[in-house]
Amino acid sequence: MKPRHKRMMLIGGGVAALALSATLVLSAFQKNLVFFFSPSQVANKEAPQNRTFRIGGLVEAGSVKREADGLTTTFVVTDTANRIAVSYKGALPDLFKEGKGVVTQGKLDAGGLFVASEVLAKHDENYMPPEAAHAVDQAQKAQKSVVQN
Amino acid sequence: MNSSVKAVSDKLSAAPGGINWFKYASPQTFYPLAGRLIPLFAWPALLLFAVGLYVSFFVAPTDATQGDSYRIIFIHVPAAWMSMIIYLAMAFWCALGMIFNTRLSFMMSQALAPTGAIWTFLALWTGALWGKPTWGAWWVWDARLTSELILLFLYLGYMALVAAMDDPRRADRAGAVVAIVGAINVPIIYFSVKWWNTLHQGASVSMTSAPKMASIMLMGMLIMALAAWAYSIAVVLVRVRAIMLERERNTDWVAQMLENRP
Repeated sequence: MKPRHKRMMLIGGGVAALALSATLVLSAFQKNLVFFFSPSQVANKEAPQNRTFRIGGLVEAGSVKREADGLTTTFVVTDTANRIAVSYKGALPDLFKEGKGVVTQGKLDAGGLFVASEVLAKHDENYMPPEAAHAVDQAQKAQKSVVQN
Repeated sequence: MNSSVKAVSDKLSAAPGGINWFKYASPQTFYPLAGRLIPLFAWPALLLFAVGLYVSFFVAPTDATQGDSYRIIFIHVPAAWMSMIIYLAMAFWCALGMIFNTRLSFMMSQALAPTGAIWTFLALWTGALWGKPTWGAWWVWDARLTSELILLFLYLGYMALVAAMDDPRRADRAGAVVAIVGAINVPIIYFSVKWWNTLHQGASVSMTSAPKMASIMLMGMLIMALAAWAYSIAVVLVRVRAIMLERERNTDWVAQMLENRP
């Protein structure tokens, strides 16, 4: 075997070993690398107890309510299977909207209410001009009415 | 070391019907070639940036949910792509240098590093500027953002390590280890949004599915990405020429070239 073939094998083997160990390490940390938990994971007690964590999902349509003090907002985070009620005191990001993604950090209180200290809007990967968005909305409504009829 | 490259090169060129892959592996022959290639990339870069920025700011419509702040993608996405591609290119050149003992390969890698670091910084910075109005936070420690930050540190670490060693041959090899080992981070960055729950959204453009954005927005982004490619290649060629002159300053070919200069 020529020296350069030997070096090629060594580097190839080294990179393969490295990729394998990285895969193992990352899969071991799989749970700790999660940025947020879904409402279903919280329902299955996969989320940490007595410690702040983040939940993520969609803001349920029609669930956003502003309290009388003008600062506190309550809403429901859902992953369509399970839902969690959230209460948050502070300003919401511009993209916070019913039916859109949200990630919020806080703690579950004794009554199962998630008391949030931070609310982040999660944007999706779709980019479209307002006219196209309007057209998509119309199409979805039309489809729904067809299904209902 | 020069003689070993020469020996390999001679052997390959002697093979009947073989292509001489090593013709441009020596700084002496690559220096003038790089000089001729620079304008072939620099001018298209200028043109593409002009067209790309025009499309980005004046032709592409606003986004339905984000308004005008989405326009950051025209810089952010090409910058993030380049940051990953350049690191892979560095690892490729370093592996080639380690295997074939070609000193030009290491020079290529060292010329790529600052440009890669700048793109990485730009991706992080524009992302922060976009994150504040969109997410409500400048920075979050999710998998995508954290792995991209690690990439920036890998670039800086590579440059610092290479610069810290006096013996260029040792610096080449030490840097190559960082470049090759660090390359494992690139697929982690790319797939982070798939593998874990992240605040960062998934890919709008990928090889496996149709683009999830309006075609005029996509076109602006792709023109900017091409501009970023052309710019990076031109700048790296300029830099690799400077590195070649600096490291080969005591050789005959540099002396001869300086003599022949009008």
